[in-house]
Amino acid sequence: MLLRLLGAIPTLLLVIVLAFLMVHAAPGGPFDDERVLPTDVAANIQAAYHLDEPLPQQFTRYMAGLLRGDLGPSYRYRDYTVSELIGSGFPISLQLGALAMALALLVGISSGTVAALKQGSMLDRVVMSFAMTGISIPVFVVAPVLVLLLAVKLQWLPAGWSGESGFAKFVLPVITLALPQIAYIARLTRASMIDVLGCDFIRTARSQGLGSKAIIRVHALKPAMLPVLSYMGPAIAAILTGTVVVEEVFGIPGLGQFFVRGALNRDYTLVLGIVIFYAALIISLNLVVDILYGFIDPRVRQR
Amino acid sequence: MKRSGGILLFVLVLAIIGPWLSPHDYLSTNFDDMLRSPGLSGLHLFGTDDLGRDLFVRTMLGIRVTLLVAVVASLVSLVIGVTYGAVAGYVGGRVDAVMMRFVDTLYALPFIFFVILLMVAFERNFLLIFVAIGAINWLDMARIVRGQTLSLREREFVSAARLMGVSTARIIFRHITPNLLGIVVVYVTLTIPQAILVESFLSFLGLGVQEPQTSLGALVDAGVNQMEGASWMLLIPAAVLALILMSFNFLGDAMRDFFDVRQTP
Amino acid sequence: MSLLEVNDLTVQYGNNAVVDTVSFTVDRGESVGIVGESGSGKTQTALSLLGLLPRNAKMTGSVRFDGEELLNRGENHLDGFRAQRIGIIFQSPMQALNPYLRIGKQLRQILLQHKIATGNDADAKVNQMLDRVGLPDPERQFLAFPHELSGGMRQRVMIASALICAPDLLIADEPTTALDVTVQAQILDLLEELRDDMALLLITHDLGIVAGRCERLLVFQAGKLVEAGATVAVFASPRNEHTKRLLAAALRADRGEVLAPADAKTVLGVEGATVSYRDSHNARLQAVVGVDLSLREAETLAIVGESGSGKSSLVRAILGLIPMQGGRVVYAGEPLEGPVELRAAAQRRDLQLVFQDPVSALNPQMRVQTIVGEPLLVHESTMTAESRKDQVITMLQKVGLDESYLRSYPHQLSGGQAQRVAIARALILKPKILICDEAVAAIDSAVREQILDLLRMAQHESGLSIIFISHDLAVVRSISHRVAVMYLGRLVEVANSENLFALPRHPYTKALLDASPVPDPLVAPVAAPLKGEIPSSVSPPSGCVFHPRCQYAENICSERRPELRQIGGARVACHRAEEIDLSS
Repeated sequence: MLLRLLGAIPTLLLVIVLAFLMVHAAPGGPFDDERVLPTDVAANIQAAYHLDEPLPQQFTRYMAGLLRGDLGPSYRYRDYTVSELIGSGFPISLQLGALAMALALLVGISSGTVAALKQGSMLDRVVMSFAMTGISIPVFVVAPVLVLLLAVKLQWLPAGWSGESGFAKFVLPVITLALPQIAYIARLTRASMIDVLGCDFIRTARSQGLGSKAIIRVHALKPAMLPVLSYMGPAIAAILTGTVVVEEVFGIPGLGQFFVRGALNRDYTLVLGIVIFYAALIISLNLVVDILYGFIDPRVRQR
Repeated sequence: MKRSGGILLFVLVLAIIGPWLSPHDYLSTNFDDMLRSPGLSGLHLFGTDDLGRDLFVRTMLGIRVTLLVAVVASLVSLVIGVTYGAVAGYVGGRVDAVMMRFVDTLYALPFIFFVILLMVAFERNFLLIFVAIGAINWLDMARIVRGQTLSLREREFVSAARLMGVSTARIIFRHITPNLLGIVVVYVTLTIPQAILVESFLSFLGLGVQEPQTSLGALVDAGVNQMEGASWMLLIPAAVLALILMSFNFLGDAMRDFFDVRQTP
Repeated sequence: MSLLEVNDLTVQYGNNAVVDTVSFTVDRGESVGIVGESGSGKTQTALSLLGLLPRNAKMTGSVRFDGEELLNRGENHLDGFRAQRIGIIFQSPMQALNPYLRIGKQLRQILLQHKIATGNDADAKVNQMLDRVGLPDPERQFLAFPHELSGGMRQRVMIASALICAPDLLIADEPTTALDVTVQAQILDLLEELRDDMALLLITHDLGIVAGRCERLLVFQAGKLVEAGATVAVFASPRNEHTKRLLAAALRADRGEVLAPADAKTVLGVEGATVSYRDSHNARLQAVVGVDLSLREAETLAIVGESGSGKSSLVRAILGLIPMQGGRVVYAGEPLEGPVELRAAAQRRDLQLVFQDPVSALNPQMRVQTIVGEPLLVHESTMTAESRKDQVITMLQKVGLDESYLRSYPHQLSGGQAQRVAIARALILKPKILICDEAVAAIDSAVREQILDLLRMAQHESGLSIIFISHDLAVVRSISHRVAVMYLGRLVEVANSENLFALPRHPYTKALLDASPVPDPLVAPVAAPLKGEIPSSVSPPSGCVFHPRCQYAENICSERRPELRQIGGARVACHRAEEIDLSS
């Protein structure tokens, strides 16, 4: 377990170095496409952002800042530091992501289990068709179509974010974000549940007269959840990616929107900071998943 | 399997010959004929966009670009993944451990953000999109091929071939590779829709294919901006994209059943 | 009224009847054996009694237990019988126990479900049961996961789970097939001991197991019940042809002719062979330690041992499939060194191997013609395709397959046919030495004899030397001139067959012989000769590795490692070989 923890640190370091190099190897500086500045002004700006220093020195400076939680100033949002921008955007994205993940797990696992138990039935086929549609249609298609349908045409729910209050504004973004994950988790749960139910030890449990409820609860649920648990890492990454789209479509001032704006505006420090932040988040959540896995599978725990 | 394969073939053929059949091209703007809804009038089957360009031809072009990027990216990931996985699996031991540790490390990275970073830092060119998407997808392929090779290597027919004096090259090409074929075909089929997703995601954000070129993702993005007045601009490319993705997924599923490949590597 | 009455039971998948109008009864307290080869429908019958078959199985007929119909009744109805009235033990205890749940919890759940006990009562009852089935330190094992136990211990847990509700009938489906022979004896003894007045339905492919332990016998063939009767009567005068064949094919370790030793020059010599490797936990495992052996011309040398004895590792090291850490191998005066890829072509073609599992040993993507012809392609590169095909056909005919199999793929062959193809491939280069690694272990007894005949014939024709690895002493007796017995990577005894079977010199050899089930109802089964199980080769016991299980062990045995010494006609590694009397 400790090994895993130690293994995460070099991974994170790799991310930082890669991201840093990528940004700094970019042809053209961040201020290139502005009106042509007098050379001395340009030099001043360069100096202000330490862009005139050699690369290793810039990296050391960046790392030192990083350790203090300082990701440097934003190039575009001139009055803010990157840390402040992340601080303002992340709580909103976190709310969205956590709600979507909870919804995905709840609906995905239960519908997948039901489909597995009624394998081959009408219900199974309906659930699986929905799931197939869900994994096939990307978030950036679902989001605008739902807005068009439920917000613009039917006017049941708000289409935007600003000016809205209460729970209603969460509904569409969260559903949009959760849909593909619901679909994937449902398929995964169904497949692994069918796998587990075909195992010899389930036959043993049946031979002991345990009854289907106890068999599912005591014997099948835990092993069937292992693939779902393994999928949590990719799911977290997918939901983070999804927030980028959802925040763009619904106009939510979250981290994803800052990221896209930053990317389109070549706000290098902001993009770099957010990538590192995302990476750290994903790596640490993966670590949590790994540890949880060990708790469920006794054979992994031993190693 | 037949149905989804048939749909894909139809879409492909339509994308190739469709633009020839239409009197319009993807570039010409016509400010007198903007946002015309789909129909036969003016031979704008899918209507026109906000610049008066024919949406049918643009959609066909989008399909071409999307499929091209996806197939090339999948081939990139196929070549890297199969080579990497087969080497790690057949050589085994420490080499395998180190190679797979590397893959594990890459797995933990939020690749899509790196790709975006790449797109921001460098010119947004086609080639970069191929490479970036291929670079994401080879990881899965490498893991799967490695696992399969590892188990094949332990199979007794490989030991038997070694005892007979069969050369290592012949063992890899005559004994191991044919047994890998099924799983590779299945995963290539499943990699293509993933590559499509990434490409259209980038294009949707405006970071992928650039105007006046287009892809299905870029068309959806354009559609979102006009959806309140011209919903077809969103719905048509979105439906085509969904249809293609679904067909690939169904095809992959069917092939997986056919080759009896397990879901998790 | 009998306890169990089965009438015209038929199990169908689609139009294929795997059990075909079978009728039999089991009385209270009676022990009945069901015998048959693989695919004879015996397991399907057992599973159908408790409604455990897959959903697509169609069952007709009647199964009455204590007067109540069980066939095609709902799960709720059956749950009242399962565990409480009828217990069942499955073949593979690793798969049959839930790997994710502690053993205590799995047993406890049965008691809770049937409302037999709750809370601390249930725990106490589980511990008591684990103790009864001979699990050492039951309170600690209560918290163990299945993978932390050995195969024998897992099967004991399985038995505990089947008996915890004290059922009236116990169904045991190949309960010992996955276990070593000395552990098998312990498990069979345990079943006997715990049985009391419970009825037993024992399903097995091994006539030796039912012979001494079941009062009545049911013989299955291809889904049909072909013979039923008192065990003694069936063995004495079988009426059905299939039963006769089965009985004729049953080999005995305790009697029958043995081959005289081959008196010829040595072709292969092994000196001080040592093999070790790292297991999945990265611990160093001593698979083979200092083994000296020689193989003579036209001789069959059997290497016998249970799992973990190192017999497979030894021959794989000889062949160069895995590295040898110490010692040397000499073939025809030349050293055999390094991995097989680096050996001279002539050496490679002279040593061939036949594997246990013929299905895994044949490339599923190749046709029989390619498989059998491949060695020729490699070693006779000038041969034309035409003459290669001719040779393949000739070879196939020798192993009893005709030309029509040329275009077949391995999955289209039966186990016996696949093993013939594997043997054809091994023999087509006319090797000098053939190594058979459990080559008949996975094959039904009737076909087994044909495969053994094939090997004998090849030896007779070309003076082939054979190393025959097996865990089954009855098979070994029928085919080998000499026998080498291995335990935990060491040779413990090497002797001519006539000496070894008549008078074993090592206590372990003796125990193996005693534990071999004898297919004769008139021979009372010997109580399990050995306690405990084979220790781990990661940390083998000090001195003589066998001493913790040896009833003759003295202080010296745990202190000094015994060398192989010549005693009488045998070489034995035992400090006390001269003093102890193993003739029975």
